[in-house]
Amino acid sequence: MTKDVKVLGPGCKRCQTTAEMVKTEAERLGVAIDLEKVTDYAAIAGYGIASTPGIVVDGKVVHAGGLPKAEDIAAWLSA
Amino acid sequence: MTQCCSTPSETPEIKPERTSLWLAAVAASVAAWFLVYAQLQPFSQWAVKQLPVAPGTHLAEALEFFIYDTPKVLMLLTLVVFAMGVVRSFFSPERTRALLAGRREGVGNVAAASLGIVTPFCSCSAVPLFIGFVSAGVPLGVTFSFLIAAPMVNEVALGLLFALLGWKVAVAYLGFGLGIAIVAGWVIGRFHLEGWLEDWVRNVRSSAIDLPAETVTVVDRIKDGIEAVKDIVAKVGKWIVLGIALGAFIHGYVPADLLASIMGRDAWWSVPAAVLIGIPMYSNAAGIVPVVEALLGKGAALGTVLAFMMSVIALSAPELVILRKVLTARLIAVFVGVVGAGILAVGYLFNLLFA
Repeated sequence: MTKDVKVLGPGCKRCQTTAEMVKTEAERLGVAIDLEKVTDYAAIAGYGIASTPGIVVDGKVVHAGGLPKAEDIAAWLSA
Repeated sequence: MTQCCSTPSETPEIKPERTSLWLAAVAASVAAWFLVYAQLQPFSQWAVKQLPVAPGTHLAEALEFFIYDTPKVLMLLTLVVFAMGVVRSFFSPERTRALLAGRREGVGNVAAASLGIVTPFCSCSAVPLFIGFVSAGVPLGVTFSFLIAAPMVNEVALGLLFALLGWKVAVAYLGFGLGIAIVAGWVIGRFHLEGWLEDWVRNVRSSAIDLPAETVTVVDRIKDGIEAVKDIVAKVGKWIVLGIALGAFIHGYVPADLLASIMGRDAWWSVPAAVLIGIPMYSNAAGIVPVVEALLGKGAALGTVLAFMMSVIALSAPELVILRKVLTARLIAVFVGVVGAGILAVGYLFNLLFA
């Protein structure tokens, strides 16, 4: 089953790093993901976060603000 | 820095010896920091003597300022940023928002300005933060109090002011910085300018989300501190060197009586001039404090110099460009006007108090 993952962020360096980390973890775990970067401010705000980068997995916000930890990404992807 | 070795780890799988190892490493690093720091002044004097420059000349004075201040400022910055990185791991914009949502003005402004000091904030996050706050029911004026305090009254500015100019100046800056953020936010709230937000901002409807708790251990908080150091020092390094070079030039070459006549207490127009000059300029607090130090050494009035510093940090052209995405030009003008007036008042007040 493909997981729908969105990385929320206006395109700052941390947001790109976060997207790369998600990709790397997904490959390591062998989880199929559909990764989308959301850069539109209105769309980002619609998810209810106040700091970026944010991560949304299957429609649920799991992280906001700062770089996530690799272990946490793995946990979100395999949940 | 506290070293409570018996801090219970929040997750059972973290081995306690690993935590104590990290704490020991932090304690050792801090001790080494103080040892090196104590040697900086003798070292810089020795280093300048080795250079083929006649002592007592303008060049020698400028070089000594530069050679002493660069490692000093960088070391102080590292320590302060590390400590605040650890403190900030206890706060997040989402948590701050939850504390502020539905708060009434007044109390809300005070809380917002205070939380602005400890909540992690970077200008690239200013827009999501602004919308996130306003759409979740934080009053506009309270949001502004946060947005003014967060960049202006930050750990870098306070730490460096404390170290270079003493605790009185640092405490005064803290008090007046918070005062400006609280009053300016309150005033903007009184104007009821919600209609002056960009249309799309008003249409964003979101509810504050509850994030699943991520496991945060003591070691994670230490790592957060180290991460903050890497991040900030990389980002502001060039500003610091530029600021110190400018400070060194002022220290070595600018005649004291010239500067005192321009920026001294008797020149009433120098406070508004300092605020106006500061708006288009942009620098990190770390870059501006060495300049402040050098200007003060040459007889500039404290209020004038701090007004300049606040204006450079709190009202910067790049931040206004970012905020323009969510605020109409009219609201930006009100923001600049109210904050500028506050800085002006503080400048005059400082000059009166620290006579």
